[in-house]
Amino acid sequence: MVVNCEHVWLEVSNYLEGEVDPALRAAMEAHFKECKHCTAVLDGTRNVVQLYGDDRLLEVPIGFSQRLQHRLTQQTSAPRFRNVRPAWIMAFAAAALVAGGLALGSATVFRQPELRSQLAQSPHGIPPNLIVYVSEDSRVFHAPGCKYLHKHDDEPAKQMSASEAMKQGYVPCVRCLRQYLTAGVECPRASSGANQWARRNADTPGHPGL
Amino acid sequence: MGSLPKKMTIQVKTADSADLREQELVRRVQAGETQLFYELVKPYERRIYTAAFAILRNEAEAEDAAQEAVLKAFTHIRQFRAEARFSTWLTQITVNEALMRRRKAHTAIMEPIGEREEEDGTYTPRDFADWREIPSEVLEKKEIRQKLASAVATLAEKYREVFVLRDVQHLSIEETAEALGISRASVKTRLLRARLMLRDLLAPGLGGAWFNRLPFEKGTKPW
Repeated sequence: MVVNCEHVWLEVSNYLEGEVDPALRAAMEAHFKECKHCTAVLDGTRNVVQLYGDDRLLEVPIGFSQRLQHRLTQQTSAPRFRNVRPAWIMAFAAAALVAGGLALGSATVFRQPELRSQLAQSPHGIPPNLIVYVSEDSRVFHAPGCKYLHKHDDEPAKQMSASEAMKQGYVPCVRCLRQYLTAGVECPRASSGANQWARRNADTPGHPGL
Repeated sequence: MGSLPKKMTIQVKTADSADLREQELVRRVQAGETQLFYELVKPYERRIYTAAFAILRNEAEAEDAAQEAVLKAFTHIRQFRAEARFSTWLTQITVNEALMRRRKAHTAIMEPIGEREEEDGTYTPRDFADWREIPSEVLEKKEIRQKLASAVATLAEKYREVFVLRDVQHLSIEETAEALGISRASVKTRLLRARLMLRDLLAPGLGGAWFNRLPFEKGTKPW
């Protein structure tokens, strides 16, 4: 096997790597013995590999090691926080949630009202002798003149005392009797006359005022 | 006759103990002794910086890329498997980081003319100066080191990357191909070109010209 210069230049790098087959290697070595140029190319290429493979050629900027170490130190401490943080944040959040829940539960503004419906307001403040009216088709008693008293032409409203009405299972109208109830509810349609009556009769039980 | 095999045995033992020490360090870091990680990286600081610089050609960018690569290696140290060399693994992470940054910077737009040359084209050496000997002391001279660095910097990107990984970082052909995502054949072709181009650039100077021009060598006086 005979090789020319161009063939040698193509394979000189592989020759240095030891990646040419024995036949080609022998042919190249024979060529180097005769060709000064190719020998110069081989020697120079080998020198390049040798020079650049020397660690002394590797230079880093001044302070490189310190800056790398500093950044690495920051990083090596960070994962601990990353690992722990979710746990303590979750624990703290859970504690805060419980404490907040307790605080909210005890707060006045969120306290459960004693009665849930306006129509079931406590009748404790109503004078027992207060004259009230009831209709047959309703379970609510009213002050005289209340617009919400169901009136029927053939059957007038029944009059009785508040205590009797309550005894029979009637509940006070939250509109006309609101001043006696625990939670006052504005009655936009209740007549002012009925309210005034209710206020007047609070001091004079037993007088219907009609 | 007896001294040579003994010396070789000592060298092998030294290399083995260094490898074992490195493997032990890796194991301890993986087990949670994270403060030892720098000790693991320290011997390869120069290599990873050089690898990053070969790709990015900017000192600040290369340093940042090298640091980022080390941090990534730290984050993924548990994924490192003992069958690979730590230095190779670290270098590959650095190369990937640098390549990613270069892609982001769109430097391909500004690639040199040499970058577009055909890979299979033959390269004809231009200089046949006799350059047989290189004294080991040449690398002690800063200006020689600078000339060598400048010569590499003139290479087109694709040749420089392969050359630095193979001949400076001492990655194998396969490892270089894997790190750069190119074929083994491409590595060999580019490596040939890079070596021959560098030889053309350096032979005239390192063959004698640079040394002849250096004044006051070894106690000589100009008068």
